[in-house]
Amino acid sequence: MKFKFKIKGLDCANCANELERQMQKLEEVTSVSISFLTQKMQVESKEMDKESLVKKIEEVIKKNEPDVEITLL
Amino acid sequence: MKKSFIQIILASVLLFLSFFLPENGEILRNILLFFSYLIVGFPVLKKSFRNILRGKVFDENFLMAVATLGAFGIGELHEAVAVMLFYQIGELFQSYAVDKSRKSIASLMDICPNYANVYRDSKFVRVDPDEVKVGEIIVVSPGEKVPLDGKIMEGNSLFDTKALTGESVPRHVQVGDSVLSGCINLEGVLKIKVEKEYEDSTVSKILELVENATNKKAKTENFITKFARIYTPSVVVIALFLAICPPLLLKDATFSDWIYRALSFLVVSCPCALVISIPLSFFGGIGACSRIGVLVKGSNYLEKMANIKILVCDKTGTLTEGVFEVQEIESTLKEELIAYAAYAECYSNHPISLSIKKYYGKEVDTSLISSVKESAGKGVLATVQGKQICVGNEKWMQENAISFLPNKKVGTLVYVAVDGIYKGSIRIADKIKEDSYKAISILRKKGVKDILMLTGDEETIAHDVSQKLGITTYYAELLPQEKVGKVEEWMKRKGKEESLVFVGDGINDAPVLAISDIGISMGGIGSDVAIEASDIVLMTDELSKVAHTMSIAKKTIRIVNQNIFFALFVKIGILLLSACGMTSMWEAVFADVGVSVLAILNALRILRIKQEKG
Repeated sequence: MKFKFKIKGLDCANCANELERQMQKLEEVTSVSISFLTQKMQVESKEMDKESLVKKIEEVIKKNEPDVEITLL
Repeated sequence: MKKSFIQIILASVLLFLSFFLPENGEILRNILLFFSYLIVGFPVLKKSFRNILRGKVFDENFLMAVATLGAFGIGELHEAVAVMLFYQIGELFQSYAVDKSRKSIASLMDICPNYANVYRDSKFVRVDPDEVKVGEIIVVSPGEKVPLDGKIMEGNSLFDTKALTGESVPRHVQVGDSVLSGCINLEGVLKIKVEKEYEDSTVSKILELVENATNKKAKTENFITKFARIYTPSVVVIALFLAICPPLLLKDATFSDWIYRALSFLVVSCPCALVISIPLSFFGGIGACSRIGVLVKGSNYLEKMANIKILVCDKTGTLTEGVFEVQEIESTLKEELIAYAAYAECYSNHPISLSIKKYYGKEVDTSLISSVKESAGKGVLATVQGKQICVGNEKWMQENAISFLPNKKVGTLVYVAVDGIYKGSIRIADKIKEDSYKAISILRKKGVKDILMLTGDEETIAHDVSQKLGITTYYAELLPQEKVGKVEEWMKRKGKEESLVFVGDGINDAPVLAISDIGISMGGIGSDVAIEASDIVLMTDELSKVAHTMSIAKKTIRIVNQNIFFALFVKIGILLLSACGMTSMWEAVFADVGVSVLAILNALRILRIKQEKG
């Protein structure tokens, strides 16, 4: 499944790259791509339960970039 | 953004005032500077504090905080404030520039319709295109964008398809034509029956494609990401070394001097100029391509496009029109000959017959035809106004025992005989696109070494087309799997950094598109198969768009390289100068912020590539 998020509050492109790297470590995530330019995040996952995936992603974000907010598109 | 703007103004005023205090106003000056620092530096301090708690030491906020607090520590109050102030101005400018470029790219892609006028309960209502269902009727007035893909039920008009195809000449549309969302209706009021939901319509597809393009990263981008990860820690480690070692080892070295030098290091430790300007350049390049009607599905493809060494073209539909047309009639009575042929072929739907009828151009009076006998793949025997007309190929003439003059020219030949007497021949061929001649020569000039043509067509026709276009290598009479073989063979003949590009119509060449470095399909707009199978989609069917995309790609790569070189040059320069104690901290931050801003502005140049002619 592919999920798309709008991502708000990213400071810099480097932070986006770093967050992407951290997100990649999640077991549920097959691939992730954060675009600082379009302010979008695309996550591919085997996890079928949308809510638990979003929760996991939010945890990672909170740990790394507490100012960042995501909304599922 | 507004908030940080006010902070910057306030802090600058305080800093400015502090310069005008009398010599003995030491305490007041320090208070002023302290507040100035707090105003502009508080967000940074807050963030860095939070990051330390999470163990993120190499965060730019933290490094800036250390640098400025360190400056405070060694009594360089002015420096501390100035560095923080410049840093914040730089950040503000950066976010402004990025925002601006984001918007200008978005406006390039301004094909998104905002509403649809749909016919419901016997009146037209304005709704979100999202809410319109397949089969509903929408109305599009002059000046409006077509919101969804559909078929015209009523009215005719001129369409501006520029946003989709980059084509500036308006296209005529009439009842029964399929129309694509994103086109602008220029003249009449149209009623359109919706055939695709918004999500599947052309506009959404294109937008999604371009937006996702930045997800496929170019090699350079990956390199920069890796570089950024080692750059910051290395600079910090060297800074630490500078602060401690020389004062301990060298006789005259003082701690305050070397700590100052080390702090200057921290100021340039953020790799942001590189990290932002490189993807921005690619994004801009992809945006510029979409403006000329070329959809690039990833930054990596744009990067490869700059270095095409081998271009493989399909013949039919790519180099040629893909439509049969009467080229020449060889007879003393040309008008009569084509009329006979058109009458005889009037019931046939074969592409050859269609081209003859099209060339004839007049209505065929079927009441004049009394009998028709068609033999598939050979020809027709018909009786028209009592005359027996025999139209067909060489074999058909022989079968009907007609002596004829074989025509040696290239193309499909149709011979015509009336009452057993040979009257002449019609030569039908697929026409080479005007654009192909120009495109081939431009591509050569741009450094494409080998241009090849593949075709399933017969040898003589392939030879003729390739010679006219100046293509030296061609392979004729190929089966689809043999095309794959040929491309595989040529893939081995190129260097590692060079690319092989295949251009085709995208419908039957999925395997070839897949094995090439870059698969380009043309005229693929509206065809899901073509968009899916290829890496780059040309929305019009002109080969010259490949050349144009190549120039945009080259310019993008040039700008990317300039930015990498420039940013590294400045950063290393500052590092060396500050290590030698030849630069002040605020000069360092000025240079560092400046290089970021210049790199972003440089990246924006890509958007200003003009449509090139000739």
